[in-house]
Amino acid sequence: MFVRGLKRKCFDGEEDIEGTLAGIKAIPSYNLQRQSLLDMSLVKLQLCHMLVEPNLCRSVLIANTVRQIQEEMTQDGTWQMINTQSTGQASLDRLVSTDILCRSSREQAEGKHVPGYSTFNKDFAGDQAQDSSETMSTASSVQAPRNLQSNVWEMENPQENKGNFQKSLDQIFETLENKSPNSVEDLFSEVDNSYYDLDTMLTGMMSNTKMGHCDGLETFSSPTTATSNSNCKSDLNELDHIVEILVES
Amino acid sequence: SLAGFGNLMQDVLWCFSQVKGTIDIGVTEADIISTVEFNHTGELLATGDKGGRVVIFQREQESKNQPHRRGEYNVYSTFQSHEPEFDYLKSLEIEEKINKIRWLPQQNAAYFLLSTNDKTVKLWKVSERDKRPEGYNLKDEDGRLRDPSMITMLRVPVLRPMDLMVEATPRRVFANAHTYHINSISVNSDYETYMSADDLRINLWNFEITNQSFNIVDIKPANMEELTEVITAAEFHPHHCNTFVYSSSKGTIRLCDMRTSALCDRHAKFFEEPEDPSNRSFFSEIISSISDVKFSHSGRYIMTRDYLTVKVWDLNMENRPIETYQVHDYLRSKLCSLYENDCIFDKFECVWNGSDSVIMTGSYNNFFRMFDRNTKRDVTLEASRENSKPRAILKPRKVCVGGKRRKDEISVDSLDFSKKILHTAWHPSENIIAVAATNNLYIFQDKVN
Repeated sequence: MFVRGLKRKCFDGEEDIEGTLAGIKAIPSYNLQRQSLLDMSLVKLQLCHMLVEPNLCRSVLIANTVRQIQEEMTQDGTWQMINTQSTGQASLDRLVSTDILCRSSREQAEGKHVPGYSTFNKDFAGDQAQDSSETMSTASSVQAPRNLQSNVWEMENPQENKGNFQKSLDQIFETLENKSPNSVEDLFSEVDNSYYDLDTMLTGMMSNTKMGHCDGLETFSSPTTATSNSNCKSDLNELDHIVEILVES
Repeated sequence: SLAGFGNLMQDVLWCFSQVKGTIDIGVTEADIISTVEFNHTGELLATGDKGGRVVIFQREQESKNQPHRRGEYNVYSTFQSHEPEFDYLKSLEIEEKINKIRWLPQQNAAYFLLSTNDKTVKLWKVSERDKRPEGYNLKDEDGRLRDPSMITMLRVPVLRPMDLMVEATPRRVFANAHTYHINSISVNSDYETYMSADDLRINLWNFEITNQSFNIVDIKPANMEELTEVITAAEFHPHHCNTFVYSSSKGTIRLCDMRTSALCDRHAKFFEEPEDPSNRSFFSEIISSISDVKFSHSGRYIMTRDYLTVKVWDLNMENRPIETYQVHDYLRSKLCSLYENDCIFDKFECVWNGSDSVIMTGSYNNFFRMFDRNTKRDVTLEASRENSKPRAILKPRKVCVGGKRRKDEISVDSLDFSKKILHTAWHPSENIIAVAATNNLYIFQDKVN
């Protein structure tokens, strides 16, 4: 069965406080949907068919989607921290998110009003939603909030963060080792496909899963992915840094 | 007679004419058709497939005995255009799949076409041979060389008729000019040059010169990590040999004039529709990516195809299209699933009819859609074996988007997303269309009274 595409709606300023409270309950689902989309995108960026060059257009579009999500998550940063602390274990949330994505469109339409993220700052002030165009910025602007973002996530779950980070690094090096010597050299050579290689390393933490039907989203709840999902974006930033060092050497 | 609907859309009835390809349930991947193209007269119809083969069909002369039957297309020539290759530097395979075929206008008895895979463009000559020389002096009929000392007489070889043979020979190979995957080729109206476009660059070739090409567009950033946009399609203007357009993954079209500078990094015109903020989602950019761009025959308009719509642009108006047609808007609420199963990255093509009055594009479930620009009517038809009786009239199909499904309608959730019509072609002057459905080629014609 099919599900609704993820939509960000601008918060309607006319909503009363009740709508706001209902929206607070809906926030975890939106965030988890968004996290699932991010996870899915990172899996897609991984080179599944190592024999043939991946489609550059597809890779660019997925990478842009990842950037958009990261941008938005960065903007949500402080607000996100409050929310996650109150919802409990990350792995359970993971299961919830897949359920939501697999709901029929009618069920989704019934309960959920997904308000704009910007309204839910600490003070719950009735700020207008940011102009969506501001958030869809290019890659260059993502550089700035990276440090902020990683700091935020480290504050939140430092232990888990480190554990996942180590595991992800292991998986990356495992991916590299599995390749033939020639291709490993290629990764660090001056060849133009550096773009692909960066993506390989960035997404090396996810195992090679083939996405099938929507019901296949249940694979996100498997042990392998659940542990690496929860701090996926912080891992991403750390990995960026590590990868930059590796590539430049 | 010149094409298209002089009448209202509903007056034209499309009928099944022929289908080429096997009916096997299991489809061999190599047989999947990857491009379809009529030549400039419509006499020939070429297909390319994933296995690197080109099959050319020729239209039979209309029989005087059966005036109600139009000429049928039968196999004229089959040849292996591209072979799989291995790039040793990158340890990667280069697919033999034919991405595009473009015909050259006919200038003598032979036919010429360009075919391309991801990396290499080839010029093929297709010619007929119905005579062969016999009576050589230095070799006998089997081709074995004769002993010159045994020859006592000289004779003049004569041409004798033989069974018609159609042979395809590669006349030029244009290689090693593309780092990225070629998505388009386009023959210039000067018939001396053509262009090939990959994800980041466009090169201009002279047909006679294979060892060099001119780079006319380059959007590769200095740092590949900054890459956010790629070239998705390109085409020359049908009449102005200095003008071409290329589309991008961000939904923009650039028109360039080669007279302004050698490297056309600056566009002469920039076509982009402002975004609708109420429809914004994480998938907005992906569905705005243009999969095909085609000039109208008149050269006044360009048509673009993105995931959900077909748009017609007036060359004189850059800020928005003059027409937008919804191909399958019922998919808008399914984008998450379509992203998951990669269908959202399917590249649909679009075509004009001969008079630029009707446009056609494909969809899923082996459906394809036609839009009449004058009457604003549209129709959904299906390429299927069930409707394959000779001259059977195609019944319009309808997708039910919710609520109660009528008897002949199909619900969105029942659509088969593995049956996609990506490639279609329209005869240059008649109402004959070719529709590629996976490994089958359907030919439909309008009803002859």
